[in-house]
Amino acid sequence: MARAAGALSAEEHATRRRLLSFLGWGSFVSFFSGVTIGSLRFFFPRILYEPSQQFIAGKPEDYQVGEVSTRMKKEQRVWMIRDQMGIYALISVCTHLGCTPIWHSTENRIKCPCHGSNFLVDGQNVAGPAPSPLFRAAISLDLAGNIVVDKSQKENQPGKRDEPPFILPLS
Amino acid sequence: MANLSLKNVPQAIVESQIWKSIFRHGYTMNRRNRLLAITNNVFYHILPTKISKYGVRMRFHWGAGIITFYLFLILTFTGVLLMFYYVPTVPRAYYDMKDLQHVVPFGNILRNMHRYGAHAMVFMVMVHMARTFYTSSYKPPREFNWVVGVILLNFTFLLSFSGYLLPWDQLAIWAVTVGTNMARATPLIGHEGPFANLIGMKVNNDIRFALLGGTTVGSATLLRFYVLHCIGFPIILTIFIVVHFWRVRRDGFSGDVPVRE
Repeated sequence: MARAAGALSAEEHATRRRLLSFLGWGSFVSFFSGVTIGSLRFFFPRILYEPSQQFIAGKPEDYQVGEVSTRMKKEQRVWMIRDQMGIYALISVCTHLGCTPIWHSTENRIKCPCHGSNFLVDGQNVAGPAPSPLFRAAISLDLAGNIVVDKSQKENQPGKRDEPPFILPLS
Repeated sequence: MANLSLKNVPQAIVESQIWKSIFRHGYTMNRRNRLLAITNNVFYHILPTKISKYGVRMRFHWGAGIITFYLFLILTFTGVLLMFYYVPTVPRAYYDMKDLQHVVPFGNILRNMHRYGAHAMVFMVMVHMARTFYTSSYKPPREFNWVVGVILLNFTFLLSFSGYLLPWDQLAIWAVTVGTNMARATPLIGHEGPFANLIGMKVNNDIRFALLGGTTVGSATLLRFYVLHCIGFPIILTIFIVVHFWRVRRDGFSGDVPVRE
C-alpha cells in the first residue's frame, strides 16, 4: 500500500456511505431548487385578462382639423388628433413614470399632473422630467371605414411617427 | 385529605406538573436564581442583562426602536381587524374602505390608526436609524445588527408601499403606477434597465410584470399587493425583528462607555 497519506483508495471512494450521502443531498437540493424555481415561475401568469390593445375610434369625419379629441381618453387613454396631414392617436401615458397627462386647450399644452411634464400637441416633450416624446399608436381604416387604433404598436421618434401606420393620411 | 383547604390551593397549583412544565422551575429559589428568572425572560426583560445607567437614559436611546415595535404591534392588530371588512377586488375595495370610514362601528378610528400608525412607523424607523448613527451604535460588535436594521427598513417601506394601493383610489393607483414603473429600470430584471436585453426581458416577463401580475396596475395587482401586505411582508419582517432583538440582547447597548458625561 504505497500511497500518499490522506489520499483515498478506490474502495474508499465508492463506499455505500458516499453514495447515500450523494443521493440524500442530491434529492434535498433538487427538491428545494424545484420548489424555488416553481414558486418563482408561478408569479408569471400565462394568460392575462387585460383589455384588448385594439379599438375602433369612429369615422375620420368625426374629427375636425385642428381638434384634440378627448372622446376616447377615458376608456382607451388615447387622444385622437387631426391636423393638416391626417389623424394620429397620441397615447396619454406620460413617458416619465406612466401617469395620465391632461390636455389644456387654453394653453395648447399637454401637462402631466404627477411631476409636471409638458408636451406639445405633436407629443414633443418640452418641459419637466419626461425624457422622451409621447408615443403614437398605429392607426388604420378597416373595410367599413372605421378608424382602428392598435396601442401595441407605437412610435415616438420624429419622422417615423409622422408616417403610416402611425398617422392616417387624409387630404 | 385533611390538608385540602383553600390555603393550600396556590401551593398545589405551583407544584403541579402542568405549572412546572410551563414555568420550568427546577432550581432552588435563592437570590441569584430569582434574578435570573427575570433577566432571562424576554417578556420581563427585553433589554440586555447587563446595561449601564447611561445606556438606559431616554436622552441616549430616545426609545425609538421600541416605539417602532409598538407601532408594528398596533398595525398588526388594527390590520387584522380591517381584514374582516375589506375585500381586495376592484368593484369592492374602495367602497369597503369608505364603509369602514362611515358605516362600520369604530371603523374610522381603526382605519386611521392603521394609516397614521403606518406613517409613524416609517418615521420612527428613520429616527431610530438616525439615533443609532449619531451615537455610533452601528459600529462593531453591533455592525451586523445595523444590517438587519436596514433589512427591516426595506420591509417597512415595502409594507408602506403595498398598503398604499389597497384603498384603490386615484392616489393609490397612480402612486403605485409611478412606483412600479421605476421597477422597469431595474438592472437585468427590468425590461428598460441596463443589460435587460441580454436575457430577453420584455414588458410581459420582467420583475414589474411579476409585481403587477399584468402589464398595468389592475385587479391582479390589487390582489398581489394585498397578499404581500397582509401575509408575505409581515412574516418576513417578524423573522428579522426576532433576529434584531436577539442581537440587541446579545451585543448590549453601545451607551455602556459614555464619551463624556
